[in-house]
Amino acid sequence: MSDAAANPALVAAASAPPVVAQASIGQIFLEFLLIGATSFGGVMPYLRGSLVTKRNWLDDKEFVEMLSISQSLPGLNATNMAVLVGEKLHGALGSIAAIVGICLPGAVLMYIVGIFYRIHGDHIWITAALKGVGAAAVGLILSTVVGLSKKSLAGNFDFVFIALTVIAVNRLHQSVPRTLIGVGLLAILFHRPRNKQKESAAQ
Amino acid sequence: MNQIPALVRVFAYLSLLTVGGGMAAFPEMKILTVEVHKWLTFPQLIHLYSVGQMAPGPNMMMIVAIGQWAGGLLGALAVLVAFFGPTALLAFLVARLWKKLERWPWRTSIQQGLAPVSIGLLLAGCFTMAKGAIFGVETAAIAVGVLLILLQYKINPALLVLGGAVVGVISFMPK
Repeated sequence: MSDAAANPALVAAASAPPVVAQASIGQIFLEFLLIGATSFGGVMPYLRGSLVTKRNWLDDKEFVEMLSISQSLPGLNATNMAVLVGEKLHGALGSIAAIVGICLPGAVLMYIVGIFYRIHGDHIWITAALKGVGAAAVGLILSTVVGLSKKSLAGNFDFVFIALTVIAVNRLHQSVPRTLIGVGLLAILFHRPRNKQKESAAQ
Repeated sequence: MNQIPALVRVFAYLSLLTVGGGMAAFPEMKILTVEVHKWLTFPQLIHLYSVGQMAPGPNMMMIVAIGQWAGGLLGALAVLVAFFGPTALLAFLVARLWKKLERWPWRTSIQQGLAPVSIGLLLAGCFTMAKGAIFGVETAAIAVGVLLILLQYKINPALLVLGGAVVGVISFMPK
């Protein structure tokens, strides 16, 4: 008891097992393959359940940190997370094992679906079903937009940047990179660091 | 005609546009794959993307089907490497740097600035897709229905896309 009181790390270690910092290439590949094969409807919750809860390869803080890096970089969140987690566990080879594992099942499935769709895509049942599927996907993306807006915006003025981006792409037909750089720079400058201390050497 | 070099070029370029998610690249993907290279039609692109929402794993795996159509198995592999390679390399290289920049004040600025732009790109991609996917009362009702259900209940989105297929069959089958 006195030991635990003297060393808070001991208490923490007793309540949550320490994070396993290493894993073999095979373990990494299989775990991400499993995530890639079972993560219907969105990868993130499965990643968290598997990496943090089941395998204990990351703690929650690391997971959130890696997720925020993944979201700021180009690339899908799921594959960026695979690269970051793989790197942490087993360097470059770990990254490769993780990204190949998470992509493989979906890639094989869509390869088969693509061939099937090409042959049977104009069957009346299938065209009717696909009209519904396309419309449902639009609803799904809109719900992601709402969810992200609630979660990751720093203030109400950010809606101006959302609107500018949409107008640039959909109305003015600007290319995505141009929009990204133009509106992105504006938004980053808007959120520029405002130092209260006078140590702002950057300005 | 060998489409592999064009596939690699197009998908490597698209991969760098996927800030905040795959949908950010959708307007450009439509222009390049449908209008410039004519690998598939716009309705086909919408169908593949939407069906892809039911597949497990990262949600842009429909690109494999485009690669397969344009260049067979080799085309599919080329598209995979081109689409995931550059961003994976970038993530690998930037991750360490980004951690070191934890105390750099602009880091937060970049994150806060990119958040609304990536949401805007997602919405722009959604509107591009809606122009092809929403035509008339039934499809609009399906989209709004899915949106409202997802905002209200915690339900697996893949099931709702499947539900969309069922409603589609009921609404659009010739009587």
